[in-house]
Parts: sequence; C-alpha cells; structure tokens
Amino acid sequence: MPHRTFLWFILPSLLAMVLFIALPIGSVIVQSLYVEHPQVMVESESCGPFGCTSATTVDQAATRALREAHPLGRFNGLGTYLDRNHLATTEVSAAWQTATGPGDFVSRLMNLPFYKALAFTLTYTFVVTPVVILAGLAIALGVNGLPRLLRGPTIFVSLLPMIVTPLIGSLILFWMIDADGIIGATLQRIAGDPDLSLKASPALTWLTVILYGIWHQAPFAFIVFYAGLQTVPSETLEAAQIDGASRWQRIRYVVVPYMAPLAVFVTLIQLMDNFRVFEAIVGLSAAANATSLSYFIYSDLNGDTQQFGSAAATSMLTILGVAILLTPVLIRTWRDFNRKRV
Amino acid sequence: MTFFRLAGLTTAAALASSAAWAGCDIPGGDVRVLGNDYGSIQTLVAGAEACAGDGVTVSANLTTEHQSLQVAALTADPAQYTAAVVANSSIVPLLNNDLIRSLDDMVAQYGQDLNRNQMITIDGHVMAVAFQANAQHLFYRSDILEQVGLPVPTTYEEVLTAAQAIRDAGIMQYPFAMNTKVGWNLAEEFVNMYLGEGGQFFEPGSARVSINNAQGVAALTMLRSLMAYSNPDFLTFDSNATQALWESGQIALATLWGSRAAGILDDEGSTEEITSHTMLAAAPTVGGGSIPASTLWWDGITIAAHVPDADAEASFRAFMHAMSADYIAAHNNETVWLAPGYTPTPAAQGVFATANAGALPYPMLPYMGLLHTALGDNLSEFLQGQESAEQALADAEAAYTTAARAQGFLE
Repeated sequence: MPHRTFLWFILPSLLAMVLFIALPIGSVIVQSLYVEHPQVMVESESCGPFGCTSATTVDQAATRALREAHPLGRFNGLGTYLDRNHLATTEVSAAWQTATGPGDFVSRLMNLPFYKALAFTLTYTFVVTPVVILAGLAIALGVNGLPRLLRGPTIFVSLLPMIVTPLIGSLILFWMIDADGIIGATLQRIAGDPDLSLKASPALTWLTVILYGIWHQAPFAFIVFYAGLQTVPSETLEAAQIDGASRWQRIRYVVVPYMAPLAVFVTLIQLMDNFRVFEAIVGLSAAANATSLSYFIYSDLNGDTQQFGSAAATSMLTILGVAILLTPVLIRTWRDFNRKRV
Repeated sequence: MTFFRLAGLTTAAALASSAAWAGCDIPGGDVRVLGNDYGSIQTLVAGAEACAGDGVTVSANLTTEHQSLQVAALTADPAQYTAAVVANSSIVPLLNNDLIRSLDDMVAQYGQDLNRNQMITIDGHVMAVAFQANAQHLFYRSDILEQVGLPVPTTYEEVLTAAQAIRDAGIMQYPFAMNTKVGWNLAEEFVNMYLGEGGQFFEPGSARVSINNAQGVAALTMLRSLMAYSNPDFLTFDSNATQALWESGQIALATLWGSRAAGILDDEGSTEEITSHTMLAAAPTVGGGSIPASTLWWDGITIAAHVPDADAEASFRAFMHAMSADYIAAHNNETVWLAPGYTPTPAAQGVFATANAGALPYPMLPYMGLLHTALGDNLSEFLQGQESAEQALADAEAAYTTAARAQGFLE
C-alpha cells in the first residue's frame, strides 16, 4: 500500500485517537504540573442557628483576580508527584537513612499512602492474573468436553459473573460475608469462632477482594480460550491420539502451544485491568485495609473539595505503572514477531 | 434507588398539592434544585414544587452525590441549578468559589416570617437559610440498662462501664455502635470526640493543623476503647448499617444521627419491644469535658450566583412557601425543623438536648473539608491496633498539610 493511501486509510482512527486519547492525556499531564493559587484569607464573623463564631473565609475578589490572571494555577513542576501523598521522596529517603533495619524501613514505607496502595495493587495483579488464566483455560477445556446439548446453557451460566456489574457484584458479596450473611455465618459456624469477620482483618479483606477479582475476571479468560479451542485443528489432535498421547499430553503439547498467543492477549488485558482494581474496594468497603491508585483518584475527586492536581498526578503514575507492567510481555511478543518474520 | 426516590417525591408532592391553596404568588421563573436525597429534604423540595404552574417551573435533582456535582454545576454561567440544598460542610466550597449570592434583599422582602436563627450570615450577609438541625447523640435501650441496673450514661466513660456490664450480664457481646465506616464517617466521630475533649483543629487564625496533641490522643484512645464493645466489622458501619443493627435489637447503646431517630422510632423495620424501649439523650461528654462530644449541623438552602435575578427570586420564594408555618406543621414529625410552625417531637429531643448542653457547630472553615478527608483516610490503622495514636495523628496531619499546600491554603 502506498504511504499516501495508508495515511488516508488510518486517518479517521488516528483522529479519534488524538481527540479521545492523546489530548485528554496531554491535558492531564499539564494539570498534574499545577497546583491551586494561594487562597487569600480574611477573618470574618459567621452566624447560624447555633450562634456566632469568628472564622476565616476566602477573600473572593482577591482570589478571583489571581485565578483570572492565571487560570491553570501555580506552576509546581513535579512537586505534586514527589509530595507525601504520591511518591513521597523526602519521606522515603528519611526512612531509608534513619531506619533501624529492613523491617522498620518496610513498615515506614507501608505507612505512606502510595506505597501501601501499590503493595495491595501489585499483590492483587500478580495473584489474580495467573489464577484467572489457569481457571479460564480449565473451564474452557471442561466446557469443550461437554456434550453439545449442554454447552450453550453452561457457557451462559459461566459468563454470568462477568455480566454482573462489578460494583453490584461486590455489594452482594459484601452482604453475603456479613456476620449475619450466608457466607459469614457459615464460616463462623465452621470455624467455631463467633468473632470471625471477613471485613475486619487486613489479610482476610485482601483475600476477599482477590477472590472476588478471580470470580469476576475468570469468565473473560474462559470465553477467549473457548473461542480459541474451536480453532485447534482436529487433525493434529487426532494424529496425537493415534501416536498414543494421553488427554493430558494432548493438552500440554498441542492445545497449550496453540493457545499461547491468546494467553499473551489475556495476560495483557488482565494486567491492565487488575492494576486498576477499584470497584471491589468500594463495594466491599475495603478501603481501610486495601487501597489502589484508582481508589485515590476517586477519593481526590469525590466530596467537598476536588483535588485535580493530585488526581492528575496519580493518573499519570497509574499509566506509568501499567506501562512498566506491560513492557516485559510486549518485548517478548515483539521478539517472537521478529523471529517469525525472519 | 431512583424508583424509591421518585415514589417518595410523588407521595410528598401529592401531600403537598393539598396545601397548594396557600399560594406562592410568584410572577414566573425557573426553579432548579440540587440537593441531598433523604426524607426531610424530599419533603421540603416537594413544598417548593407546589409552586409550579403559571409560568413557574420547578425541577429537582436530589442525589446523595450532590456534593460532587455542586461546584461544577454552579460554576457554569448560567448555572445548572438555581438553588442548592447544603449543610454546614458542603456550603464551604460554594463560598470558597463565590458561587452563591447574598440573600439579604430577598430575606428582607419575602422572609419576614423566618426565625432569626435560620439565617446563616457570613461577614454580615445572609448566604443561606437553614431549615433543619441535626446532631449525633446517644440512643439507649431503657429495658437493657434497667436489667443491668445502671443509669443513663452522660459521659463516654459511663458508656464503657454500661457496655461492660451488658457484656458481663451475657445480654450482648457487642452492645455499642457508632458510624465508624472508614472515610467521612470515621473522621466525623473523631471530630466529635476531639471537640468534646476540648481540642482545637487549627492554630488560631491560620490553616496550620494541630491535632497531634494530648486531646487528639485522648479522643482516639476513647474511640478505640469504645470499639472493643462494637462488632469487629465496625470499620464498615455507616448510618444504614447502624440503624439496621439498632432496629434488629443487636445493640443497646449507640451514637447515631438525630435525623435517623424518626426512622428508628416508627413502626417499620423493628419490633414494638425495641422501639418502645428506645430512648434518646444528649451526646455524652468525654474526658471530664463540659460540652457533649458531638457537633451541631444545619441544612439550608442557597441560591446560585450565576442565574437570572427572576429565577433566583422564584427559587427563594418557592422555598419560602415550603418553609411556611402551615407546610412545616403538616410535616412536623419528619425532622427537627428550624422554621416557624414546628412543635418539637419525641424524636427531636436528642438533638435538642445536645444543642442545649452546648455542643459546638461543625467548623465552617475553608480548609476543614481537607482535614476531614485526611482524618478519614488515616485513623483506621490505630483502631485496628496496627500503629500508635501519635503515628495515626501525625499521618493525618501530614496528609492534610500536603493537600492544603496543593490547594493554596498553606505556603
């Protein structure tokens, strides 16, 4: 295809990408470099149903003048990225220099919101991703082995966890694991411990969020692998069977290599999705024990005061995190691609 | 959710239309209301909706997410809403950004019947008109306190004694609860306890925070002692959860919002045995302090700055109709109204007792919201026994200071 034709061919999608991806990211980068103007404060008296108090208020006219002169705010460079609510460079280096041992350093690091969230997010990502891929493959093989008549209904039922809105699904689970809920009460009875609570301890909360993540994501891996299974050539499988390969050997040496590109695809999508873990944290009220970068963005933008600069910086750090996670997978794919081309 | 809201509004509107004979006499205009979504606000807005017709249109968006919408919606010119229903915390961002107008002229012209204490004045200008009061206070079960032979607790130390007695008597393992869900709710409990201990949130006249002190540690320690008598799931308890615990008879002592009293005392969701023994009292004091460990809240109406004067006036007058003595009297039992026409009910006595005992209003400071968020994010680890009170308070201070710098409140 001549370059000119190619350009016209991709122009519409290129335009859409610039408009809906590049420009918003550019805007977020710019916003993350700015903080609000200094607020001009004045002392004044405020009165209400419960009496009068002297209080500080924002001087409207003066603050408006500042805002109109520089609508973006004050340029702060990378200040927001490095402050305590993000990378916390000062606090980390202080902890490094004064820590009494590795244990002390880690506990001080975990006391900083960003690293605490990162610890949970990475654990979640690296547990959920492989388990989802294995579970998805296992379900796909199981369903594929069913008689044709049963396959349709089974596929439908297996997909249900993905169809349920994540927030609703996690809320349902939240009530099920309540001390009075069916799972919570059953576990208490099995363990013989009336104080057992899945919502109270950090470890059990992590476990709950992770199990919910696996339950919710496995159908995605399943449906991709199931589609892939339909394209595995039956000749190769039959040939393996004639050669005396067991069912396990046929899966290990024929099906799995055939599905490898799909596994890469699922891994990429899962790494991206899991690094942005969010709904389950809100739905399960897990924020005391498990937070993520996405949860920080939500809490920055929610409520009385919107902290746009802070949310923008966290967004950029999320993009960076996803990029770092995906790099090894992408490099591998690129090498494979080049090898095949040669 | 939407269904219930619509159903609620229609019922309220049906009730209101019977009172429409009162007449609003508004020449015309567009009234668009943004507000929180619960019973008494629905009632008030329904009262304003009764003014619709004859060139006046009234629409309302009542949502629990109103705080996230209000600044953006009122910044637009013309504003998306002509009126916003706010509380003493959510009015602050509107004031900070100059998004609501002074009501002085309209109050003089149309607000003669209002009570003096309904006016929220900032620097001499009326910026909001309050219509209801709210505060967290003590709920207790008289039958269970009788069983253990203890009087009604007036201090949190007595609450601890009573809770231990109830546990020892084998009546309940976890007899106490308060709204301790991580985030806004937990921070509110700390604010209450800290003010009860006599603490100051900021250095006088500045935005520099100072909570890592003896009062702060005492407030946190008391919260942790109380949580020993609360179900281990306490970090997930919001108003809905604690109301359900109360109505199912699982707790005997609780610090809950006064606005929940009507719902708890009505004949829905609970048994006669529980509701007939549910008593309300002032919020307890703490640490030998003289004022209840609670904060006073008001909800009120504000009028957007960026709307035509005719719409602003129509909105104000529609709400004056909703705050008329007849309308308030017809809906007397729903909340603690501040408007004339209200006769206090049993459900209101906890709020009144708390206010009369001298509880402080929730601080209406431009940077209080940032501190509230920082507290909500940083106190749970202490309550779970993972770090010291000093460390938790230092973390909250550091998180606040970082946010306040980025928002321009601190250098």
